[in-house]
Amino acid sequence: MSILVNKDTRLLVQGITGGEGLFHTQQMLAYGTNIVGGVTPGKGGEWVEGKIPVFDSVKRAAELTEANASIIFVPARFAADAMFEAADAGIPLIICITEGVPVQDMMRVRNYLDQKHIRLIGPNCPGLLTPGEAKVGIIPGNIAIPGNVGVVSRSGTLTYEVLYALKNVGMGSSTCVGIGGDPVNGTSFIDCLQMFEADPRTEKVVLIGEIGGTDEEKAAEYIATKMSKPVAGFIAGQSAPAGKRMGHAGAIIEGGAGTAAGKVAALEAAGVRMARHPEEIPGLLK
Amino acid sequence: MKLHEYQSKQIFSRYGIPIPKGRVASTASEAKSIAEELGGRVVVKSQVLVGGRGKAGGIRLAKDPAEAEQLATQILAMEIKGLPVRKVLVDEAAAIGQEIYLGITNDRAARKPVIMVSAAGGVEIEEVARTNPEKIIKSHIDPLLGIKDYQTRDIASSIDLPREYWKVFGEIVKGLWQAYSDTDATLAEINPLVITQDKRMVALDGKMLIDDNALMRHPDLAEMRDTDEDAPAEIEARKYGLTFIKLDGNIGCMVNGAGLAMATMDITKLFGGEPANFLDIGGGAGADKVAAAMRIILSDSNVKAILFNIFGGITRCDEVAKGILVAMDEVKPKVPMIVRLVGTNAEEGRQLLSNAKMITAETLADAAQKAVNAAKGI
Repeated sequence: MSILVNKDTRLLVQGITGGEGLFHTQQMLAYGTNIVGGVTPGKGGEWVEGKIPVFDSVKRAAELTEANASIIFVPARFAADAMFEAADAGIPLIICITEGVPVQDMMRVRNYLDQKHIRLIGPNCPGLLTPGEAKVGIIPGNIAIPGNVGVVSRSGTLTYEVLYALKNVGMGSSTCVGIGGDPVNGTSFIDCLQMFEADPRTEKVVLIGEIGGTDEEKAAEYIATKMSKPVAGFIAGQSAPAGKRMGHAGAIIEGGAGTAAGKVAALEAAGVRMARHPEEIPGLLK
Repeated sequence: MKLHEYQSKQIFSRYGIPIPKGRVASTASEAKSIAEELGGRVVVKSQVLVGGRGKAGGIRLAKDPAEAEQLATQILAMEIKGLPVRKVLVDEAAAIGQEIYLGITNDRAARKPVIMVSAAGGVEIEEVARTNPEKIIKSHIDPLLGIKDYQTRDIASSIDLPREYWKVFGEIVKGLWQAYSDTDATLAEINPLVITQDKRMVALDGKMLIDDNALMRHPDLAEMRDTDEDAPAEIEARKYGLTFIKLDGNIGCMVNGAGLAMATMDITKLFGGEPANFLDIGGGAGADKVAAAMRIILSDSNVKAILFNIFGGITRCDEVAKGILVAMDEVKPKVPMIVRLVGTNAEEGRQLLSNAKMITAETLADAAQKAVNAAKGI
């Protein structure tokens, strides 16, 4: 078992003929991910790597390939449209790797997808990795091995650091989910914690957060009240200087929440073992 | 990106929100002639991108054009919280009856924009939020449908706004939402929105923040950027799509990804060092971007060592290595450099750097310790 993606994932790649899309399609194929098609408007009928058919639209691709997930590598200004297109084509799991998507676009996308009960991972995220089964995103495949640790993170490369540290001591992961660091994203910490709690293969969980927002504080509340599996964590940004800000609205809406110290305290109070730096995580799971 | 008060109010005005008559001036004599045009009492307001202008003496009332000139001279010579005042806004003075707070921002927890209104507007609004949060009315806006007419009536009613103002207030709220939505703002705030003694509603002050990620589709707004408050290195970094924040330490850091960049700073500090900067080269950076990042780091004379922590994913370590080599060739750095490459094409990257005089590290802790030691000259 694992969460969200596994060997039965049938993946589409939106933006498959672009530089990033093509490079990571090759990497995902090399890992053994079942990529069933790609989408680049205007390039329908072409083939990628000699075996992946390219379609003009997600709808057409979904009809012919029975894809059950789609990963997006299109530039930021087209990302919202790509997510709407995947949603309208009935794809139940969308992963958006693109960074720099405007936040108002994301609020529209998120509210639209919620109405259709479609799960979105990202944007501005590294995607998912279920070691040994499927790599859906850009997490380097060789830095993680199969195992029983579920990993959920708001950061991209910081996640790799943790997976790599786990692998170096022989610990593997069930699934690693990079949920992305943008203010408005699809899947939250709590969504992933719920899935890990229910997943029989996951025995321990690692949560990696960073300063800003209140998602870590909410996760702490969930861990304290609903989780039976042990959790270790790290919050990035403990040395970050306070940001300059203007206007009162941000202070009114978020109050004092969002600091590294506040998040660490909330998670510790919930029984999470907190690391001072990412390479301490494996030791805290023993 | 922050907009000045005068820029924000110009945008508000395009959406039908009443603003005071007035114009912006860069010299005292211009301020005087604007005051003459307006006639009567005027307010001379410093235009700097920080809060607390009034308390710093940057907003003053003048009874006639001569006094406006004199105050503008003083204010244009001021620095407020380290920022030089380069412009003043000269507005007609209003006879204030009531002050209302009206703001729209993104409520990231609710994943919706939220409109906030209080009958207790003015400079103490954050104090009100802390002590009497019930005096701030919040109403979420559906990002797909926009604000609905009934919401504006509900808000007006819940702050006990006299009924005669409901219609004009509704138009102001809808105008502010439209401005917010059209400009990809992350904040649009009127504080105060006043009811004047002659029973008009006027936006006396305005603030807007625009989403940097959306500037690609708003070239007109991008041109409004005032770079006064940014360090030159930060402006240079922005040109290359790098995120750079200068700090006070002596260990230059180049990292891919904001989270890892913060974690790298955290561990440097944990081991007794002080980071000289936050620098995220982003995902998929090519050699030219890396070379620019290295030049920016080395432009800080405090830097005694550079720590490269690259965990390749969408970024390819060989590209980063090429950028380091280009920059080394160009700037001939004399400080020790500690490099750690892991992930996508790390082996190729290490090969490329094998002849460069760099200290290599396997783990993050190892890299941080070596950087701290190098900066101390150990």
